[in-house]
Amino acid sequence: MKFKSLLASAAMALGLASGAMAEDKTKVGFVYVGPVGDGGWTYEHNKGRLAVEEHFGDKVETVFVESVPEGPDAERVMTQMALEGADLIFTTSFGYMDPTINVAQKFPDVKFEHATGYKTADNVSVYSARFYEGRAVQGHIAGKMTESNIIGYIGSYPIPEVIRGINSAYIHAKKVNPDVEFKIIWAYTWFDPAKEADAASVLIEQGADVILQHTDSTAPQAAAQEAGNVITFGQASDMSEYAPMPRVSSIIDNWAPYYIARTQAVMDGSWATANTWDGIGPGMVEIGEISDAVPADIKEEALAMTAALADGSYHPFTGPLKKQDGSDWLADGETADDGTLAGMNFYVEGLEGEIPQ
Amino acid sequence: MDLGEINPVLLVASLMVAATPLLLAAIGELVVEKAGVLNLGVEGMMIVGAISGFATSVETGSPWLGFLAAAVGGAVLSLLFVLLTQVALANQVASGLALTLFGLGFSALLGQGYVGVKPPSMGEIHIPVISDIPVIGPILFQHDPILYVGIALTAAVWAVLKYTRAGLVLRAVGENHDAAHALGYKVIKIRIMAIMFGGACAGLGGAYISLIRVPQWTEGMTAGVGWIALALVVFASWKPWRALLGAYLFGGITVLQLNLQAAGVAIPVEYLAMSPYIITILVLVILSADKSSAPASLGRIFHASH
Repeated sequence: MKFKSLLASAAMALGLASGAMAEDKTKVGFVYVGPVGDGGWTYEHNKGRLAVEEHFGDKVETVFVESVPEGPDAERVMTQMALEGADLIFTTSFGYMDPTINVAQKFPDVKFEHATGYKTADNVSVYSARFYEGRAVQGHIAGKMTESNIIGYIGSYPIPEVIRGINSAYIHAKKVNPDVEFKIIWAYTWFDPAKEADAASVLIEQGADVILQHTDSTAPQAAAQEAGNVITFGQASDMSEYAPMPRVSSIIDNWAPYYIARTQAVMDGSWATANTWDGIGPGMVEIGEISDAVPADIKEEALAMTAALADGSYHPFTGPLKKQDGSDWLADGETADDGTLAGMNFYVEGLEGEIPQ
Repeated sequence: MDLGEINPVLLVASLMVAATPLLLAAIGELVVEKAGVLNLGVEGMMIVGAISGFATSVETGSPWLGFLAAAVGGAVLSLLFVLLTQVALANQVASGLALTLFGLGFSALLGQGYVGVKPPSMGEIHIPVISDIPVIGPILFQHDPILYVGIALTAAVWAVLKYTRAGLVLRAVGENHDAAHALGYKVIKIRIMAIMFGGACAGLGGAYISLIRVPQWTEGMTAGVGWIALALVVFASWKPWRALLGAYLFGGITVLQLNLQAAGVAIPVEYLAMSPYIITILVLVILSADKSSAPASLGRIFHASH
């Protein structure tokens, strides 16, 4: 009896203490699609979370749940976070779109931020990065460096974000190497090292000497390293443990400034629904160091392109461009508008195969 | 679409790699079931083997020690099953399911610090001269050592079950444990050894995924291979060479469907993705049309007083 009451009072004291502490702290929640140690997508989001903690110190408390499947389970996790008093919740994968909207309706006082989606509400903002700008640089290096003229591409899901990346890489590889051919495998997962490794091996066996990936693990890098003469690019994170070969460069997502700004907005009460889509210029997309495996002249061209993308003087989707079926898309000098890009569901001319429906 | 881009030699070589984890797990489970025990915990033992092997080889830098640790890890986990079913006489189906659930969770806990770490490489055996023979060389003589262990194990299990006294006793225990007991054989002891052998094989299979095929550690990375191994044992009518055939068939079609996708074959991806399961089941069902049946005491609890 004594022991029980002791436990109860201890629990109460703990509860009170944490309750009192939580009052003046802004609580920020993060929902991750993979483990924080994936070395790619989720790893970078988690770095953003840690930056928020470092920036605000005691004024903020962050929580995260990793490896949350895209589906009903995500709704449960978000609901739990909101019930536990989160003021701001970042849901960091495309597949969380509808769950985020659903949960946001139930908690009008909690602010939600959904990554890479397009549905907004009074308390739901969306944010994404223009990864396709980085893909343009990758495509350029890939087109210049391939000797077999076959470039393998591991796609995750056939959603606009991924298709944009394929198109952008293809356009720029083709521009410098008219004979280039893309082989695309859809893995239907964001994070499954076994599947990604198998896909990379198959692409290499079929002659690809460049592997581009739109999945989150480093398994394709390991497969390329094993094969030897194959180059890869870090995806979402630098993946520099595979540099200088096979990883010759990378696209890095830098979420920290955005996460800090949005947390600040919640603290100030100035948070409003927004649709943020930033690229290399504002620093949301970074190009990882181009390794010595890339010849100096190609590296220079890639850096020049990065600079042009950053200052806005060059757009990766600049006409003349045709769609895969041969119909006209962009006239000479015309650039793609954000609406078309956000909903992109077609290949550009020259790519083979169909987009799975 | 250009099927000519698929290199049949490389295809066969990589299907053997894809099939090996499945083969190792299936051979282990085959011995367990031949002894009259149904252990549904293969998936759990595989994943525990995957992380014990991975962690050990990262810490020691030796893939060989890793595989040893994987076999030990799988066998140790199977002791839990032994405790439940052979000592406490619990239901085997429920215990096996529990073992899988426990293994998945426990491995995730063990693996916390190993996500994204690179394991040391095992390398391939390159036997001079014969590994350079065209076609046969890359298919047969340019693999990692564990792949050969898998094939050797299949042959060994087949020979032991068919030709040795120990194999006969094991089968007797699986067919009729009361009769075997009456003849003076230690039913429980034999079953415990069979279960541990199955656990060790499953552990090796798991470590093959985390150390060679991927090579990386992630939660739940065996992704159902253990369940496929279980099904394979049944469809292979408890015959080792058929299990090998089934594993290669499954591995082969898994690799082939990725090849077809990369070659741009206009078959929807969903059909390609389900094809390994369908074709493996079909072929093995047709094969199992002969009279071979399950060990008669499979899944039944034995107690000397019965």
